[in-house]
Amino acid sequence: MTVPTAAAQRFEPVRTEPSGSMWDQLEPLLARVEKPARYIGGEDGAVRPDWSRRAPGGPVSWLFTYPDTYEIGLPNQGLQILAEIVTEHPDAVAERAYAPWIDLEAELRAHGLPLFSVEGHRPAAMFDLIGFNLSAELTYTNLVNLIDLAGIPVRAAERSEQHPLVCIGGHCTYNPEPVADFVDLVVLGDGEEVVSEITDVVLEWKASGRGDRREVLLALARVPGVYVPAAYEVSYDGPRLRSIEPIWPGVPAVVEKRTIADLGAWPYPKNQLVPLTEVVHDRLNVEVFRGCTRGCRFCQAGMITRPVRERPAEQVRTMVAEGLRRTGYDEVALTSLSTADFSNITDIVGELAGNRPPADGSGDLCGPVSVSLPSLRVDAFGVGIAAELQKGRRSGLTFAPEAGTWRMRQVINKLIRDEDLYGAVDSAYSQGWRRVKLYFLTGLPTETDVDTLGIAELAANCIEVGRQHQRSPGVTVSVGGFVPKPFTPFQWFGQNTAVELQRKISLLRDAFRDVKGAQMKWHDPSATQIEGLLSRGDRRLGPVIESVWRRGGTFQEWSEHFRLDLWADAMAEHGLSMDDYVHRHRTEDEVLPWSHLSAGLHHDFLWQDWRDALAEVGLPDCRWTPCYDCGACTGYGIEHVVASATPPAGGSQGTGQGLSWTPDSRPVPVELGVGARGRRSS
Amino acid sequence: MTRLRVRYNKRGRVRFLSHRDVARCLERAVRRAGLPVAYSQGFSPRARLHFGLALSNGFESDAEFFDVDLVDPGPADPGSADPVDLRSTMERAVAGHLVGAGGLAERLSSVLPDGIDVAAVVPIAAGTASLQDSVEVCTWQFRLVEVPADALDAAATRLLDRDRVEVTLIRKGKQVSEDLRPLLGEHSTRMSSEGAVLTIDLGTKPRSVRPVEFLAALDAPELIGNVADVRVLRTHQWINLDGQRCEPISLPRPSTHAEERAS
Repeated sequence: MTVPTAAAQRFEPVRTEPSGSMWDQLEPLLARVEKPARYIGGEDGAVRPDWSRRAPGGPVSWLFTYPDTYEIGLPNQGLQILAEIVTEHPDAVAERAYAPWIDLEAELRAHGLPLFSVEGHRPAAMFDLIGFNLSAELTYTNLVNLIDLAGIPVRAAERSEQHPLVCIGGHCTYNPEPVADFVDLVVLGDGEEVVSEITDVVLEWKASGRGDRREVLLALARVPGVYVPAAYEVSYDGPRLRSIEPIWPGVPAVVEKRTIADLGAWPYPKNQLVPLTEVVHDRLNVEVFRGCTRGCRFCQAGMITRPVRERPAEQVRTMVAEGLRRTGYDEVALTSLSTADFSNITDIVGELAGNRPPADGSGDLCGPVSVSLPSLRVDAFGVGIAAELQKGRRSGLTFAPEAGTWRMRQVINKLIRDEDLYGAVDSAYSQGWRRVKLYFLTGLPTETDVDTLGIAELAANCIEVGRQHQRSPGVTVSVGGFVPKPFTPFQWFGQNTAVELQRKISLLRDAFRDVKGAQMKWHDPSATQIEGLLSRGDRRLGPVIESVWRRGGTFQEWSEHFRLDLWADAMAEHGLSMDDYVHRHRTEDEVLPWSHLSAGLHHDFLWQDWRDALAEVGLPDCRWTPCYDCGACTGYGIEHVVASATPPAGGSQGTGQGLSWTPDSRPVPVELGVGARGRRSS
Repeated sequence: MTRLRVRYNKRGRVRFLSHRDVARCLERAVRRAGLPVAYSQGFSPRARLHFGLALSNGFESDAEFFDVDLVDPGPADPGSADPVDLRSTMERAVAGHLVGAGGLAERLSSVLPDGIDVAAVVPIAAGTASLQDSVEVCTWQFRLVEVPADALDAAATRLLDRDRVEVTLIRKGKQVSEDLRPLLGEHSTRMSSEGAVLTIDLGTKPRSVRPVEFLAALDAPELIGNVADVRVLRTHQWINLDGQRCEPISLPRPSTHAEERAS
């Protein structure tokens, strides 16, 4: 059977579709809820799934689900990529689902209706697999809620053959232990290849009569990159972990992540969805490379997605030109973890800015197009690119210096000097931007009040720089509390308490009071605390998540719904210590909850990098310098795919400064392994 | 500069789109259809589309309109394999011909979501009053399932027999009272397979009577339990052209059969 083309796949009224749709029951409810457009589907580019595919036992059906609202979840590129790949499989179908908002959920439950897909409005339990993307820890209670709303037992152990397999992927799955009780399988790393391997295993299971659930899980646990929590047993030694061991035959002792060697082989999504209603990141997105080796020590994405794999420039051009023509969008984002580092950035930018005709002779695009780079490098080169790209329409400029002092930035390996930032903002203000946005973290390892207050000083100096060009330049400073993440050098660091984070935020608020033109925003430290709890928690948090969910704690990502009291009560109820999970420094020999999983990074590399951080020693980007054997390439027999062997605009960090610590910067040691620093929350 | 006026409908599940959602869909559609849309000047240029009266989320319509400004097209490209020759289309448009089937209307419909279909595109003269300014009356259809038509008719007649229909609302923080009666027009009621159908003209000047306001004014809780359950359809928008009531773009009158099917 051939895959239908996009033109033939326009959404059709539900009455022409095969049975299974619950649209008729749903429709009257939609008139009563907020923003009903997010439940109707019908996006341009959406595929009308072909359920008639005649595999023995029926096609393998996937329901790709984002555990937050449609507006947040629809733009998720990972789910769109996977849905397209599954749809191209001759014996599989894919649909999508999102968390209904609280009003619709209440209506659904009151009318006995389940979670549904937006393409065919089919009940979630009709699918063979429900694949959740987990990108944020605070969505875990939504995961449980959606499983329940689907009509499936929330605990994996209580499911039978008739229930869908609940699968999770995304960055949070590098420590899936807090949700291990609720899921059947976990996918580590890039999903492009493994999604078809899982499909094939399930296809065989269905063809052979869909026997024992454990049988299919065992087969799945043997697929590289797939982790089946039920196949592993955790033993404890008081509050600590003793071991995590496989208990099923033939499953690996350590599950390795999957990595696609060549991004150019995967030009997805081919038909990015254009929603009918407004969503976040409502624009064309073209991923120009995956992976980042700048080595920022706080950044999990930069550690777990190694190595750097660039998309060929030709393919980027085609995906941009065709994407804009097909979607009618007037904005395209070139996405990656640091787009200014793309080898061909100057050429692509020149073409998009209209200075040169595209190499493929495709002529001009329909109307003015604005191009955004979601992550801008902090230097004049980055601003130059932004200025060139945004001749048409200008969006804001955001820089992420992350820390207030050079010493602190050496600790986190974000090697931007103050002068680099001032050069960047000078360039921005002189080219007409009136306000720049600066992102910072607080609660970083070794941070002192000098570092924290350095944030206000940097911002004030940026405004001074701006006064040379403008009457009233503005700076918006956004401060987030630092959450240590698995598979980073900071995975051993005891997170600052919410009280300590609040103190630092107050310190900054006071400091900003006198800075004219500065606006400060910050994240709720108590939400940061719970993120930290879930980020490095173990399986004992399963009952905690379940308790919070049972008491109505859904949509914890949304500040108006976040309920610290539910989490604190549930921790106490299950006899667990917040300090132990969140604020405690870990020791080198400690068994971490993710020690049976691997992102390719050697333990020794991460530990050495942690020691280097404390010694304020920087580490260059290995894309342009010799390998220091972190393990991500060597372990999997893959390499960087980079078109240019020299960094754009020179310098390993784009700025060419020295990397080691200087005598005038004094190391500030942290105590390791003995309790938390700072004041404790109760 | 050429200004085109476009008539479209909004039927089925796309009725759940907001006015803003539809505006964004239309903006993408004119770009995808390859129309040489004019852009506003300034720091943040926008495509020059001008929208008419908003249609509330959840309501359907057979008579929605927007205007779009186009820059004048360049010379025709003889080698163009474009199925719709934009230049001749525009020339015909400028010459005053209705751009019908196979032309712009179809081209726009093909790049719009199902349920939003363009019925007609006509050029309008420079200086034509905007849709917001010129539309004076809208005809609305209200469909109520499991409600007898005569009861609904009686409620409407009772309302229209009144000299004043007072509504109170908050304006600029102050409670004000307004009389809706001058804005309530002719009505008729009939029974269809899907329930009672009430058709009524509601005025837009000095302000539009909102359909839910009208339903509330009927004051018939025994007929209307939840206004969200009433299906609402805008069938016409009316402008006044030299004393003559007409539509911003009139369509050939459909057969009685088609009208019945559409309702």
